[in-house]
Amino acid sequence: MSHPRVPAERPNLVRAFTVWRRNALAWRKFAISSLLGNLIDPMIMLFGLGTGLGTLITNVEGKAYLVFLVPGMITFTTMNSASFEALYSAFARMQIQKTWEAILNTPLSLEDILLGELLWAASKSWMAGAAIVLVTTLAGYCSARMLWALLPVIFLVGITFAALGLIMTALARTYDFFMYWFTLFITPMGLLSGVFFPLSTLPELIRTLALALPLAQAISLVRPLAEGHAPEHALASVLYLTILSAAAFTLALRLFRRRLLG
Amino acid sequence: MSHEQALLEVTALTKRYGEQTVVDGLSLTLPAGRCLTLLGPNGAGKTTTLRCLLGFTAFDSGEIRLAGLPVPERAREARASVGVVPQADNLDPDFTCTENLLVYARYFGLSRREARARVPELLSFAGLAHKADTLVPDLSGGMKRRLTLARALIHRPRLLVLDEPTTGLDPQARHLIWERLRQLLREGIAILLTTHFMEEAERLADDIVIMDRGRKIAEGTPHELIAREIEPNVVELYAGRDEAAFAALVTRLRPLFSRMERSGETVFGYCHDPAPVLAALEGNPQRYLLRPANLEDVFLKLTGREQREE
Repeated sequence: MSHPRVPAERPNLVRAFTVWRRNALAWRKFAISSLLGNLIDPMIMLFGLGTGLGTLITNVEGKAYLVFLVPGMITFTTMNSASFEALYSAFARMQIQKTWEAILNTPLSLEDILLGELLWAASKSWMAGAAIVLVTTLAGYCSARMLWALLPVIFLVGITFAALGLIMTALARTYDFFMYWFTLFITPMGLLSGVFFPLSTLPELIRTLALALPLAQAISLVRPLAEGHAPEHALASVLYLTILSAAAFTLALRLFRRRLLG
Repeated sequence: MSHEQALLEVTALTKRYGEQTVVDGLSLTLPAGRCLTLLGPNGAGKTTTLRCLLGFTAFDSGEIRLAGLPVPERAREARASVGVVPQADNLDPDFTCTENLLVYARYFGLSRREARARVPELLSFAGLAHKADTLVPDLSGGMKRRLTLARALIHRPRLLVLDEPTTGLDPQARHLIWERLRQLLREGIAILLTTHFMEEAERLADDIVIMDRGRKIAEGTPHELIAREIEPNVVELYAGRDEAAFAALVTRLRPLFSRMERSGETVFGYCHDPAPVLAALEGNPQRYLLRPANLEDVFLKLTGREQREE
């Protein structure tokens, strides 16, 4: 006999916004410490590595090491922030606080809740990324010329890693599960995507494969924009991240439906 | 009340998980202003029934109409007319009482102004006016339950669904919740309640459906069930130190009861006329209690005395 299923709903942006708003209100209570943490941590990394290693590495692709590192840190921080929110925070709301269960008792669908969570994780990571953009732009390490494109691209990067992260959250039984995501995916990807050193230092084969990584695609957009000029394959990279986000979110929805509406 | 106006109409609902039939041919009707109670031991299918009728799980056969709309197809819209008090508190721990209500109101599409206007009356209904700015983790268990009840009423639902609402509360807190629920019933709201507290069912329910292993095994008002399913009087006999004397007494009394059951140290004797039993007990040092039969006796008769696993 076929297993009956609750019919899927199309997520609604207005209803999803109420979930976004709930998360934003909860975040606002800790906003200062959260923003400072989001800013100070990468800044220590940035200026620590940038000035420390910068004395050893005087020239990367014709730039000072710190200038090379800034776009990498913007992207890396955005990815981490989106991942943490979509993994740990969303899991807490689903499994520990039962916030989603409470919301499901209202005229919101599971799809609405997940769209709200996706947009919230992307928004939060956008704030983290944009904070570094702001500071490094004021300090003269990031160009203001392409900010109009850089800021939306950071949001897209947040969406991509939030959508990927939600897949893991849909599968997780405990927080421990998320270690796999970070140690097997996020951290190695950070080393293979041109965050800390240019891809050109990698062997040809690995470099080609690395280009398929979402973080490498994200950096191929962020780095030229932060330097003040248009990326070479901008459209291809934007399409790649958009399609990957849509596919990941669709898969996450299916998994959450199976988990919560069984 | 005609069937078109029923807030909940369940017809021959069947739900299986794999090989196991969790709800088996269940039918329910709940009109406005009435309280329908699902009473059953653990694993009777009460919570699964609630999940089905709120549209959180699809079922194998049968039909559900919630607030006039077919479920699960239009469950999301139907939930706009329903308030839910879940078994475990799922209040927002990051927020105060007021904030919990305001945030929840938005899910129902209430405007900021409507929500703000509604909060003081709900907090005072829940006896939490003095806790408006208190964070949820600082509330007692009873206060949390009352806030959950207030939250479920934010959009003025026509139907209130409560899943074991007073489990884990002390008697004072429980009585306060019951009083509030009776007030809501007088105002015309319909209540669907699951419980395994007989007292709760007896105090609140207009209609009781006793469930066991997914099936409806009895249905009626509390009085009807007691009158129909069981003898009107119960004599409880407590075993003392002298087991042999107690056994002899029980044997002697046996013919005077229409039915007798033993549960641990206590023997329950059911009868229509207790006079012969009392006469036989006169002068005997035996500890006993004569009382009218209640819902718990009906429940235990129908579902058995053995312990159920979760």
